Formats: sequence, C-alpha cells, structure tokens
Amino acid sequence: MQIELKRIHKHFGKVHANKDINLLIPSGAIQGILGENGAGKSTLMKILSGFIQADSGSEIILDGKRITIDSPADAIRFGIGMLHQDPLDFPPMRLVDNFLLGLPGGLLLNHKKAMQDFAALAREFGFALDPESYVDTLTVGERQQLEIMRLLFLGARVLILDEPTTGISAAQKEKLFATLKKLSAQSITVIFVSHKLEDVENLCGRAAVLRGGELVGELQAPYETLKFVELMFGKVVTLGEKQSLAQEALTLSLNNVALEDARIKIKHVNLDVRAGEVIGLAGMEGSGQDLFMRACAGLARTVGGRIQFKGQNLTGKSYHTFKRHGVNFLPAARLEEALVPGLNLMEHFILAEHPSGIFIDQPAGEKLAAERIQSFNIRGGPLSNIESLSGGNQQRAELALLQTPLDLILLEHPTRGLDIESVIYIWGKLKERCQQGASIIFISSDLDEILQYSDRILVFFAGQVSNPIEASQTSVEQLGQLIGGKGWADA
Amino acid sequence: MLKARLKNLAFQLAALILAFGAVSIILISAGASPWEAYKNMFLGSFGSVRKFAEVLVAFVPLLLVTAGLLVTFSAGLWNIGVEGQVVMGAIVTTWVYRLFLESGWNPALIIVLAILGGMVGGAIWAALTGLLKTFGGVNEIFGGLGMNFVATAWTIYLIFGPWKRPGVASMSGTEPFPDEFSLPLLANLRLSPWALALGLIAIVIIYFLLQGTYFGLRLKAVGKNFRAAYLLGIPTWRYSLYSFLICGALAGAAGAVQVAAVYHRLLPSISSGYGYLGLMVAMLINYQAIWAVPVALLFAALNIGSIQLPIVMKLDSSLSGVLQGALVLFVLLMEGARQKLIKRAS
Amino acid sequence: MTQETLLIGLAGVLASAAPIVFAVLGETISERAGVINLSMNGTILLSAMGGFAVAYNTNSLWLGFLAGALIGALVALIVAFASVTLQQSQVAVGFVLALTCRDLSYFLGNPYMGLTGPRLTATPIPFLSDLPIVGVLFFRQDAITYLSFISIALVWLWIYRTRPGLVLQGMGEKPAAVYIRGGNVNALRYVYTIVGGALIGLAGPAFSLAIRAGWMGTISGLDGVGWIALAITIFGGWNPARAAFGAYLFAFLQWLGLVLQSTFTEIPSQVLQVAPFPLMILTLLFVNIGNTEWVERMLALLPEPTRKFFAKLLRAMRASPPAALGAPFERD
Repeated sequence: MQIELKRIHKHFGKVHANKDINLLIPSGAIQGILGENGAGKSTLMKILSGFIQADSGSEIILDGKRITIDSPADAIRFGIGMLHQDPLDFPPMRLVDNFLLGLPGGLLLNHKKAMQDFAALAREFGFALDPESYVDTLTVGERQQLEIMRLLFLGARVLILDEPTTGISAAQKEKLFATLKKLSAQSITVIFVSHKLEDVENLCGRAAVLRGGELVGELQAPYETLKFVELMFGKVVTLGEKQSLAQEALTLSLNNVALEDARIKIKHVNLDVRAGEVIGLAGMEGSGQDLFMRACAGLARTVGGRIQFKGQNLTGKSYHTFKRHGVNFLPAARLEEALVPGLNLMEHFILAEHPSGIFIDQPAGEKLAAERIQSFNIRGGPLSNIESLSGGNQQRAELALLQTPLDLILLEHPTRGLDIESVIYIWGKLKERCQQGASIIFISSDLDEILQYSDRILVFFAGQVSNPIEASQTSVEQLGQLIGGKGWADA
Repeated sequence: MLKARLKNLAFQLAALILAFGAVSIILISAGASPWEAYKNMFLGSFGSVRKFAEVLVAFVPLLLVTAGLLVTFSAGLWNIGVEGQVVMGAIVTTWVYRLFLESGWNPALIIVLAILGGMVGGAIWAALTGLLKTFGGVNEIFGGLGMNFVATAWTIYLIFGPWKRPGVASMSGTEPFPDEFSLPLLANLRLSPWALALGLIAIVIIYFLLQGTYFGLRLKAVGKNFRAAYLLGIPTWRYSLYSFLICGALAGAAGAVQVAAVYHRLLPSISSGYGYLGLMVAMLINYQAIWAVPVALLFAALNIGSIQLPIVMKLDSSLSGVLQGALVLFVLLMEGARQKLIKRAS
Repeated sequence: MTQETLLIGLAGVLASAAPIVFAVLGETISERAGVINLSMNGTILLSAMGGFAVAYNTNSLWLGFLAGALIGALVALIVAFASVTLQQSQVAVGFVLALTCRDLSYFLGNPYMGLTGPRLTATPIPFLSDLPIVGVLFFRQDAITYLSFISIALVWLWIYRTRPGLVLQGMGEKPAAVYIRGGNVNALRYVYTIVGGALIGLAGPAFSLAIRAGWMGTISGLDGVGWIALAITIFGGWNPARAAFGAYLFAFLQWLGLVLQSTFTEIPSQVLQVAPFPLMILTLLFVNIGNTEWVERMLALLPEPTRKFFAKLLRAMRASPPAALGAPFERD
C-alpha cells in the first residue's frame, strides 16, 4: 500500500507539533522515521493511525485515494495498524483473549478457531507464543509479536512501529527485523519510528528525519552516519566559554550498583561524583537513566552494590533519609510529582522549609515568598496557585524550593519545554549552587545542553551505562552515535 | 474575577432551584402540597424555643462529625467509617459510665472521663480503618463500611447481652443512668449548653487547624498530591493516620454527647445516621470549614422540622433526607456541568 | 436436625441469597466496565418499595419486577451521567444517591407500609423437583430464584464466552486499548452501568415480592444489604461466579446464625445475624493484603518452602480490581 502525506499540520494549543510535512512512502517499503524526542514523530504517527486528527488542509492519500481517518478503528479498516511503544494490550488476560479482543465475528467466542488461527500465524512467523499464557508474563518483545499477529490478522497492509526496539533483547530484535523484512516482501508497508541510527541503518531502505516538527531530510540506503547525526541534532553549535567548578571532595560514590525494574536491568555502575561537579545523563527516554537517577535519591531500590554519600552508607535508605543528608530530587512531571496543585507559592515555600512551630507565621511566610519570588524571578504573587503559573515559572519555583544547605541536586529534564531565556536563567541558578559545593546530576534529551553544562557525561543505552566521558573531549556526533547504540566497543 | 464568581453563584442557585423543584414534584406526586410541607418543616424547627432547642440537639453531633470529616477530606480520604466511629464513641462512653457509676466519684469528673473515653474509642476505631488501608491495602471506603457494621453489631450484642436491662433486653437500649450523670441541660429542654459549646469549639479549632497551622498545610498537601508531598519531605502515611485519629476522636465525641446529654443510655441506633449525614454536609460545603455551621444547622433543622410531617400531613419524615440528598446531588451535578463548560470554553 | 430439614434449610439459603446474587452480578458488570455504582444500598431499597407498589396497584408480579429493574436502571443512569459525562467523583455521586434513594423509598413507601400485596410462590419444576436432594435444593424454588441461577450462568457466559464480554473485560483494564480496537468506551460504560443497575434493581422486588414480601419501611431490615453486596463484589474478585459464591456464603452464614441460636439461646439473635459482617472485613483483608508491598517484603524473608506456600495462598485469595476502575476515559 502506498501512502502519501501532504501538508500535514498539527497544533496543540500554541505548540506547532507538525509543520507542513510532505512524505511519500511506496508500497512494500520499510520507511524509517528518525528524530529526537519531541521532534514530532509520535504526533505524525498518531495522525496516521487515527488516534488524533491533523489540522484541516492536511491530506492523507492511500493508493491514490484521499481518505479521512477519524479513529484507530477507521485506520485499521483502511489497513493501517499501529504498534504503540507501550503496548496497548491487556496484561491480566490470556494471549488468545488479547488476540480475539476487537476481532470481528459472531456473538460467541470461538476459542478453538482462534487457537488455530493463532497457531498458524505464530508458525508462519516463527513466534514461540503460548496462547494460554497471560500477557503479564511476557517480555516486551513477545508482546510486540502478539500485537503484530493481531494487526496482520485484522488485515493490516501498513504497519507502524513506534520505537519497537526499546526494551527488547538483541535476539528478539533480530527476530523482529526478520519478520518485518518478510512482511515487506509480501508488499506490506512498514513504517519504523526510531531514534536508533543503527536500527534504521540495518533495517530501513529509506529514512526521513524530523526535527522540531519539520521534515528536515530524506535519505536512502546506504547511509552516511554523519549526515544522519547532523540532520537529527542540527548543526553543531559552538560552545560558549565554560568552566568547571568541580572540587576535590567526594559527595556521592556508587560502588558496583545494580538496579532493576519491570523494563530494564542495570549492572555494575561505578561512579564518583565530586563536590561542585555536574554530571549529565544522556540517552533516549527509557534507556535506564531515570531509574539510575531515582536510585541516587533513594526512590528506587538497589538490588546490589553500595551507595555512599559523603562517606556514609545510604544503601537501601528512603528518600527522606537522603533528603536529610542533603539530596534533593526534582522530577520532570512538575504538577504530578513535584508541586501540589491547589496550594499557592507561599504555601510551597513554607512546606519546603520544614517549620517546627504549630501556627503558620503568615508575615514570615509572605516575606519568605516575596524574597524567593524576587530572587528567582518568578512571575506570580505569594498567593498565586502553583498550577496557574507558566511552565517556566513553575520550574523556577521548583528551584526556589531546593533546601539549603544542599550537597546533591538530581534533576530530570530541568529545562524541557522552556524558552531560552528561562534555560539560561535556570542554569545560572544551578551553577550558583555548584559554587557553594553542591553536585548536580541531570537528565536531558538535549545534547547541546548536556555538552554545555556537564563536566562529565554518562550515556545510557538499553540499560548499558558508559564510563564517564569528559564533556570537553566529546561532541554531539559521538554522543548521538552512542545514544543510537553505535560505537559502544570503545565507550 | 467578579464575572467568574457571579457565574459560580448562578450555578449554585440553579442547583438549589433544581433540588427544590425535584422535591416539590415528588411531594405533588405523593399528593401533598409542597408549600404546606416546606412551611410545616420550617415551623417544626423554628416555630418555638423548644423546637429550636431540638434543632440544636441534632446540630451538635452533626457539627462534630462534619468537623472531623473536614480533616479526613483534607487528607484526601473518604472516611465513610465515620458512622461506626460515632457508635464506638457511644459504646466507650457508656462503658466508662458503667465502670464508675458505683464509684462514688464526683459525677462531673465521671462525665468528663466518659466523654474523653468516647473520643478515644472513636479515634481507635478510625485508626483501625487507617491501618487496614495503610498496611492491609483495604480501601478506606470498604474497610470503613465493614467497621460500621461491626460497631453496630457490637452495640446490639451489648444491649442484648452483657449490658441488658434488668428483666428483659429490648431495642429501647440499656438502663438509663441517673440524672446527675447527664451533661447539665437547660431547664425542661434536652439541650446541653456544654455540648453546644463543645461542637462550636471543635469547628473553630478545626477551622484554625486547617487554615492556620503547619499541620493543616501538610495535611492538605498530602490530600492534594500524595507523591509531591512525599518528595517535599512530608511523612505522608503518618499524616493519613493522624487525620483518621482526629476525625475518629470528633466522631467519638458526637457519640459521647448522644449518650451523655441526649439519651443517657446506649441505643441500637445511637448514631441516628449523623455520620453519613455529616459526609453530606461536608460534600455540600465543598470541604470548607467556614460553611460548616450554617449548613449543619440547616440540615439539623430539616431533620427536626420533618418530625412534624407524619402528624400534620401524614407524610413520612424521611422527606428531610430526600431534600438533603437532592441538594447535594444537584450541587455536585451543577459543579460538574460548570467544569465541563469551562473546559469546553478553553 | 434431620436430613430433610437440613435440605429445606439449604434450599431456603439459595432462595434468600437471590436478591444479593442479582446485586453482586449487577455491580460486577458495572465495575468491570470501570464504573463503581456506590448507590446500591439506596437502589435496592427504592426498587423494593417501587416494585412492591407497582405490583400492589396493578396486581401483577411481573410488572413489579420490571418496575424494580427500571428504577435500578434509572439510578444507574444518573451515576453514569455524573461520572462518564460530567467526570465527577463516582464515590461522591454514588454515596449521595445511596442515602437519597433510601430516604425516598421511605417517603414514597409510607402509604404502602404493612400492606399485603401479591407474593411470588414456589413453582416446582415437573420431574426435576422429584430428584433426590437436587430436586429439593434447586427445583422447588420460585421463579425469581430460578432467574438468579440463570443470571449467574448468563453473566458468566457473557463475560468469559462472548465477544462483547471480552471487550467488557478489557474496558476495566485499559480503556485506551479497547478504543484502538474500535470500542466506544464511554457509550459502552453507559450501557453496562445501566444494565448492571437494572440487575441491582431486581434485588429490591426479589425481597419485597418474594423473600420478605411486603414493604415495611425502616423496619424492612433491608438497609445495609447494598453495602454488604458491595463488599461481596470485592470478595468475588469481579468474577460473577465467585461473587455469587460469596452471596451464597453470606446467606448460609446468616442461616447458620439462626440455627445456632436455637441451640445457644444465651447469645442474642441480633448478634448472630450480624456475625457475617466482621467475617466480610477479614475476607476483604485477605483478598487485599497480598497486594501490599510490605507483605511481599515479609514473604521474601521466609525460608523457601514456607514462602512458596504463603505466596500461593495469597495469590489464590488475591483479587485485583480492574485497573481503570473509577478513572474517566478521554481519547487524547
């Protein structure tokens, strides 16, 4: 099936998530769609799969016929099926029931026939799936196999896969690629959305790169890796003057730490962080850096190794213990995790001070709030509810909530979605803390930000952690390759 | 700002009109004149000093329960078990009375001990629900409901078992205590100024606790965003338990007042449903302490005013419950409609 | 106790559980779709009163049951409107309705207090009723008890053996996944909440036209049944067969209380009648405790064979609510 996208635009409020995207995907092609987080890949794919609708004037043309897709059910009727990054299946149910759910047919379920169909499909693709087992016992890779089978059985002629190689093993990846190549030979069109260069190079005959909501280039195999990196991350910017504030004293040291959650396993991490030092964590979302950071705050349990903080063993302690020792964690989800919607700025500042009296000292609270609001340049009054502030002001408020004294600040995406002025301001404030001896570990998907502000960098890829890389001795290109899973032999 | 407030008011007014409209239709369909019914309810509650005193008798436990519930709602908890906490307060109060009736101590001391006992009883009962939630994973709604049944069963067991009246046990409760063990009452009335003072002091304390203390602020943070409260360094589950304890103590005080000032004995339905009614009051005032007194008074007046109805109009007194329910329901629905409109507008 | 009286007693348990069976089935359907119908206690009272009033006035049992179901459906419609369309708290709306419907039933039922109306009588099924044991237990019941048996089977079959039932299972777990498979989540939530409400509504007339015929207002002894049914729904782990088993267990315990009372006369009858309630809390605790983190941590400390045993036990008892229960669904 041939797909043509014409003048696709999509606005979310003020954000222009897709800007005039034009793309032709021939029938039976394996089309790669590359780009950073936030480049607009997901939006485009959600439009194509009917999850959201593009702005008027956008056109989707299927085999020469213009179509309107109003819902995912519509999309599958047109033969377009999508495999979501977080599989949209039903974990407590059996595989065969997952397979059956949503298939057309009579009132009664015909399990016997479903089993036969299931077995036939599984055999055709060589998937070892037991229809009687439950989805919550499967790996992500197996859940993908299940979804692929279901979509093909529904008659999908176009298969969209959103970051399918995140969280699956190398063997499963090989299997997946073989399957996709087989499908392409049956003239099924495959759209492969990924940030991993290596995967796109190995699998896709053609690739389109998105950046900032725009289609910035189309390439055909064989590829030049450097060209890819340049398209994805933009021109290499000249870095401003930077100076390290790192001192001799150690704040945090990780000794052979092992971590685990439902998606990812991390082993043998060793890291010494010095006072005043800034460590940037690079990697695509879900590569393990978030788990790593939460472990440094006592929010995720370690399964092995030791975490020492200023000479004290804090392994297995709770966040509140870490906090008492001078560790603060600022999550990315501001209104979900960091701030309390419904409370005002002053109330936040009061809470963060851990006052010991009984009655709220209103004048002191207002004074404190006014001071912080001024010194952190927050647009809002002491009595403004936190959710009424703009994102940048909420971020400044979060910084203003950091306790004093403080030895380690852990930040998830400290400047995501902020304008450049806010970014510079926030880093200024953070560097002040470094000057006072605090260490910083931060996650960012913006490589320029990581290069600009870190002393050393850890790159995460599918649970692997690189050795610390000196920021002064690396480049956007090298980091981009590492993030995409290339060049790990010498990292 | 002013416009938004006016709009808000319009929605609330609409809810009021809809509630009275719906109840009027129900009255007409029951063959009664709505006007007569409302008039009789008003006269039944404000028609004489004695009637108004009865309203205040009902107002006290309702206010105490509402005050307690404001604390649990602030902590984001649905303490439906408040009904059982009232009952447990009454049980422990009666128990303390029985323990010291023969002691020859000063009755005033015994009364104070009995009421304090009731508060402890209510608090412990609430804490059990809290522990079931924190350590047993049982949602406080279901745990609380279960605890309500257990409390009621316990009352009945005591009335028909160990504490039964000399002679034959009956639903009319345990043997009443001598008069000197009652909270002092106003002449010829069932109203105790001490109880009234207790209720008013409680709501004032809760108002300041929630508005003016660090404790109240932390509690609100826990209720509004449990996760962020934890990251801000608040020991979240401990605050949940505190809120259960406070609410239970106040509900227990309500039960204690029912025993010490109103009935002077333990009855099978000692709580008179004030626990559940308090939940309605708290919902209607949108969890704001400042409105607790007028709305609790209104609900108490409706309860007392409706006692007239069977005699004067041959209508069931449960009309008050219907009216109270309709008020809360329409306020909730109109609030939903308002939010929906705002969302659509943006 | 002779075998004969025992059998008759147990047959009585099956009959007296019928209303609770309808209620837990209805609630199970509604919660599977993601909507908690907390109004159940009031709905049952209102439909008991309404069903009786209609049957009394029309002298038609059939219309009485229909009225009960309609009342249940109507109350459920309010729950659905408030929670699905207006996205208000299901707990708040359900709770208000539980109290309001209860008082409304007392108010509107006042003229019907203590009247003798039509009552459903047993309809033994030819041949089957003559079977030993089984005949007495299952085939000498009244029509509504037969319907309760059939309903268990039908609801079970619907959820686990039909295509729409499969969608229903998915809806409580991950509405977004149902949506991408072509299901109209919010419309389906309306449908199932209303159908569940109609089943809950059948519980009322099953009392007032059969087991405890008549309308007695506040002394009907029906206040509280709905809350019990809510607990049994959880005990049932959102599986209609297990929920029905819970209903029978509850009725059996109540019957046992009555029987024991004739043996132990010194225990007040009221106490034995409420004995199942504390047991319900305990079961809720066992059903839920396996889901808590500290239990998992404690289990990890036990030596291997004991750990396996307890883990198995807890897993068998455990019931996890539908993951999306109570959460409104919006397509992006």
